[in-house]
Amino acid sequence: MRDIVKNIKGYWAVSILTPIAMLVEVAMEMILPGLMAGIIDDGVNKGNQTVILQDGGWMLLVAVVGLAAGVAGGLFGARASAGLAKNLRGSMFRKIQTYSFENIDRFESSSLITRLTTDVTNVQNAYMMLLRMGMRAPASMIVALVMSFAVSRQMAMIYVYALIFLVVIIGIMLPVISRMFQKVFKKYDAMNESAQENVSAIRVVKAYVREDYENQKFQKKSADIYKNFLKVEKIMTLIMPVMMGTVYVCILLLSWNGAKLIVGGSLQTGELVQLLTYCMSILMSLMMFAMVAMMILMSMASVQRISEVLEEKPAIENPENPVMEIKDGSIDFDHVNFSYLRNDNYVLSDIDLHIKSGETIGIIGGTGSSKSTLVSLISRLYDVSTGAVKVGGVDVRNYDLEKLRDSVSVVLQQNLLFSGTIYDNLRWGDKNATDEECQRAAELACADEFINRFPDGYNTMISQGGTNVSGGQRQRLCIARALLKKPKVLILDDSTSAVDTSTDAKIRKAFREEIPGTTKLIIAQRISSVQDADRIVVMDEGRINGIGTHDELLQTNAIYRDVYESQAGGSGDFDEKEED
Amino acid sequence: MPAPGRNNAGRGVKRTKEEKQQAKATMKRLFSDIFKNYPVHLILVVVFIITSVLANVQGTLFTQTLIDSYITPMLKDGSHDFGPLLDAIRRVAAFYIIGILSTYLYNLLMIYVNQGMLKRMRDAMFTHMESLPVRYFDTHAHGDIMSCYTNDIDTLRQMISQSIPQIINASFTLVAVLISMIYLSPILTLITLGMTVVMIFVTGKAASLSGRFYTQQQSDLGELNGDIEEMMNGQKVVKVFNHEEQAIEDFDKLNEALYHSAANANGYANILGPINNQLGNVSYVLVAVAGGAMAISGFSGLTLGKLASFLTFNKSFNMPIQQVSQQLNFIVMAMAGARRIFALLDEEPETDEGYVTLVNAKEENGKLTETPERTGEWAWRHEHQADHTVDYRRLEGHVVMEDVNFGYVPDKQVLYDINLYAKPGQKVAFVGATGAGKTTITNLINRFYDVEDGKIRYDGININKIKKPDLRRSLGIVLQDTHLFTGTVAENIRYGKLDATDEEVREAAKLANADGFINHLKNGYDTVLKGDGANLSTGQRQLLAIARAAIADPPVLILDEATSSIDTRTERIVQEGMDHLMAGRTTFVIAHRLSTIRNSDVIMVLDQGHIIERGNHEELMAKQGKYYQLYTGRIVNA
Repeated sequence: MRDIVKNIKGYWAVSILTPIAMLVEVAMEMILPGLMAGIIDDGVNKGNQTVILQDGGWMLLVAVVGLAAGVAGGLFGARASAGLAKNLRGSMFRKIQTYSFENIDRFESSSLITRLTTDVTNVQNAYMMLLRMGMRAPASMIVALVMSFAVSRQMAMIYVYALIFLVVIIGIMLPVISRMFQKVFKKYDAMNESAQENVSAIRVVKAYVREDYENQKFQKKSADIYKNFLKVEKIMTLIMPVMMGTVYVCILLLSWNGAKLIVGGSLQTGELVQLLTYCMSILMSLMMFAMVAMMILMSMASVQRISEVLEEKPAIENPENPVMEIKDGSIDFDHVNFSYLRNDNYVLSDIDLHIKSGETIGIIGGTGSSKSTLVSLISRLYDVSTGAVKVGGVDVRNYDLEKLRDSVSVVLQQNLLFSGTIYDNLRWGDKNATDEECQRAAELACADEFINRFPDGYNTMISQGGTNVSGGQRQRLCIARALLKKPKVLILDDSTSAVDTSTDAKIRKAFREEIPGTTKLIIAQRISSVQDADRIVVMDEGRINGIGTHDELLQTNAIYRDVYESQAGGSGDFDEKEED
Repeated sequence: MPAPGRNNAGRGVKRTKEEKQQAKATMKRLFSDIFKNYPVHLILVVVFIITSVLANVQGTLFTQTLIDSYITPMLKDGSHDFGPLLDAIRRVAAFYIIGILSTYLYNLLMIYVNQGMLKRMRDAMFTHMESLPVRYFDTHAHGDIMSCYTNDIDTLRQMISQSIPQIINASFTLVAVLISMIYLSPILTLITLGMTVVMIFVTGKAASLSGRFYTQQQSDLGELNGDIEEMMNGQKVVKVFNHEEQAIEDFDKLNEALYHSAANANGYANILGPINNQLGNVSYVLVAVAGGAMAISGFSGLTLGKLASFLTFNKSFNMPIQQVSQQLNFIVMAMAGARRIFALLDEEPETDEGYVTLVNAKEENGKLTETPERTGEWAWRHEHQADHTVDYRRLEGHVVMEDVNFGYVPDKQVLYDINLYAKPGQKVAFVGATGAGKTTITNLINRFYDVEDGKIRYDGININKIKKPDLRRSLGIVLQDTHLFTGTVAENIRYGKLDATDEEVREAAKLANADGFINHLKNGYDTVLKGDGANLSTGQRQLLAIARAAIADPPVLILDEATSSIDTRTERIVQEGMDHLMAGRTTFVIAHRLSTIRNSDVIMVLDQGHIIERGNHEELMAKQGKYYQLYTGRIVNA
């Protein structure tokens, strides 16, 4: 809740003005019945045209003020709630930018997306409702009640009883209804998931001729929603008759007692009419208030989910007095242990590895042998559990994060491009890179050959996620992007798996000749990608199983030999040979 | 995961002429659909609405009667006989009860209509979707298909449950009040109607302003959500490139734009109510002033009592107009939603003109006969169309392609003159670059797409004559993208054979070498997989997909990069399982790893839709052609 209040910043004025404007509107609404009664009682009934004109004039004035207040309330309310939504989105987005990989893993991107979109919209709608109706409804109820008491204490008590009755009923129903709705929404999610699965897995469904099976599965879920929705809506429809019944009982009681009081001489006819007018506004306001309460109740889950994002502590933060300069590209792992979750089993155990600046290191090992984890410690994407990782002789935890990550360039396994031109994408590596520099990097990554074949060349638009280029092309663009950083350490995490063998070799040759001073770490599945490295590290189940040159390892390391033999005779990749 | 809100982009309420016409047609179809399914419900709804409107009018009139016919006379003659009043109250109470009951009943009926229609629509959409050809899914954005189930159905719910009853109710109230007003004073009615026109004009203006900003809001929202989706998915890349500042800057721009359009769209929608309200008050004053003048001068026989009643009606005339104007936006949105739903329902389903079916068979006296029980032996039941004689042919897995040409779109041919012979039990491999047409060939065998030119024969039968479900049941397929379903591991394997026992499931998993890792999962075979098996590694998911194919036990297997995400060491373990699986089956293999295909009986080298080389490994190596080049490429380049 505190997080929400903080984000009203900049919109406090409209947030406060909205309920005030709504209160003015209510006041005008409350004056109206009196003026209308005046027109009828003193004007029409007495045939007094002056009173009609006078009261009519007042009514027009009240209408104009009411209009102004209503319009102001409407506009301010929209502004305040849209502003809150903007601030919430902005705060969350900023907060997420401070997240480390650990935080991102915990939330998962799909859940972050929902929180930034659907949840914010829910809060926005609830807030607008709260500002516009949260004050207005109780205020008009209270004013009407006070006015009723002023007219006749005895008669006003009828409203008090009616209110107590309705509050009890709504108080019982509201939580039940909101709980039932939450349940329906969960069922909705399950059904949508089922539909989503079928859309993306339609080939599997059709290949196994499971259309009828899926239809049955879906219809069961659909029927479940039908049943649950029916149940909650049946309860909701009860509210209206209960409410109407209460109004009618009030009217009849007022009429009966009113008639007696009037005949007895203690009440005026006009006053009775006035009381009856208040009846509607009191009970309508209560309904309105119940609706606001319902909306807020249902948005609480969203508030909770937004707070979680805002209150998450970034797992990695910049140190105080950070070291700003990275001397060279040497890397030291000093007896490093690492686990993703505290107190979990180590996925890296006792890694002791020392890499000289400018060395080329190949890393090989089966899936789950923690190759990616190993390299992610170098640019401090995760922090070690025990031991230390040093770059240029300094513990990575002492560096300024931005400087460290500029010097240690990682091409992630998840090779993702962003919507924009190829130039735009390459300049992620260096905002100020010239066209020539971009082209040079692309050349090094062997990406220029296919870029030049595009009609728009480097200005070709990449679609979201980079889906309009092939896997191998995407990988090469990602390498070029990383090269533009002119890093001291370059890490390729399985980044040429979709590139054909000869291009792969060409890229490595370019690395060797053009950026000899850069330390290069190459994770690969193919022996051919690493066999010409200065040293090759063989990983197995989170431990270093062997280190050495290709020839040494062939002699000494069983795993390496095994992998080599399984690929022997061929490089094992026919894909991406042709690029046109 | 469905992208929330992303598909809302550009779905505003501003309309062109053509859209209006479409909306009209959609509306007609939707309403006739509703009426066809719930005629009795709807007639009753209308009846109950009329009763409730009439009962309500009685209620409004009661205050007047109470004062004019009971209190004032009693005050005048000083009598204290409350008997007649009590009777009147009893009568009104009876009306009220009828009113409440009819309101409750029509609302209750509408719930059944609404939820029933929604369920009908959902089920129809899904069932129809399942019947659509693979081409449909390949050519339509999945997010757009999904939004039919989410956004579009939602707009219908709003409309059916709220707009329809409110509009019916409002129309009857309008008519009833209008008649009463004309009866009381035609001139004052004209004044009231004049103000109503002003009201409709002003709200129309505000509504169209709001509509314009609403469209803007939807497109801004679409853009912002697109950015959010892209950035959240790429958050790790953002971190690695220190791109946070830039990301925030871009985001802020979109966020600010959305703020403006949202504030305006909601703002203008918000002021509709107050404007209507206050214009209603102005209308009241005008009638009071004009009516007062008329009553005092005795013009056109308007009495004071009539004027007082008229003023009440003036108030209750404006209410329903406000209600209807508020519903209009919902209806426009619902029509857009309904149009997209109908578009899905109108898609041509997959056609199936096949008549050859797959049946269980057993051999008696050297003759193949059909049998209802599962024998493990299968036969094609071929009923000849000319003379209706039936013959049976053993299912063996003999696949022949003759001069097959194919393209996904008319002008872009993908396969040229493909000829292929796979004998039962043979392993046929396809190699070649991305886009060479490997996957396309397998798409044709199980008829996800139909060949344009040429023939594919399966055990000597043209596959166009085989019923699609039967054809597909005889083919096991493991795809490059493994798709798993929400449910347990066992359920996912059982997908290949719904009535498989636990023992069979375990056997299949063992065959695919999946048993090991499954036993390491928290709940073993009962571990629940979520979100396409997100809690498993790619390799593990592929093993499950292989087990799923294994349990189906088909005579022909298609493996499309089935082991691409398994590392080479693991693959060798899987390979054993795969070899078990492939034994005795005709198998089509697409792979980029040589180790997977080296022992194939035939290897087809595909290049831009042509088979350029064929033969087994030794033959192709001896040929020293493209295959040789690819195979030895490493040695040349390294």
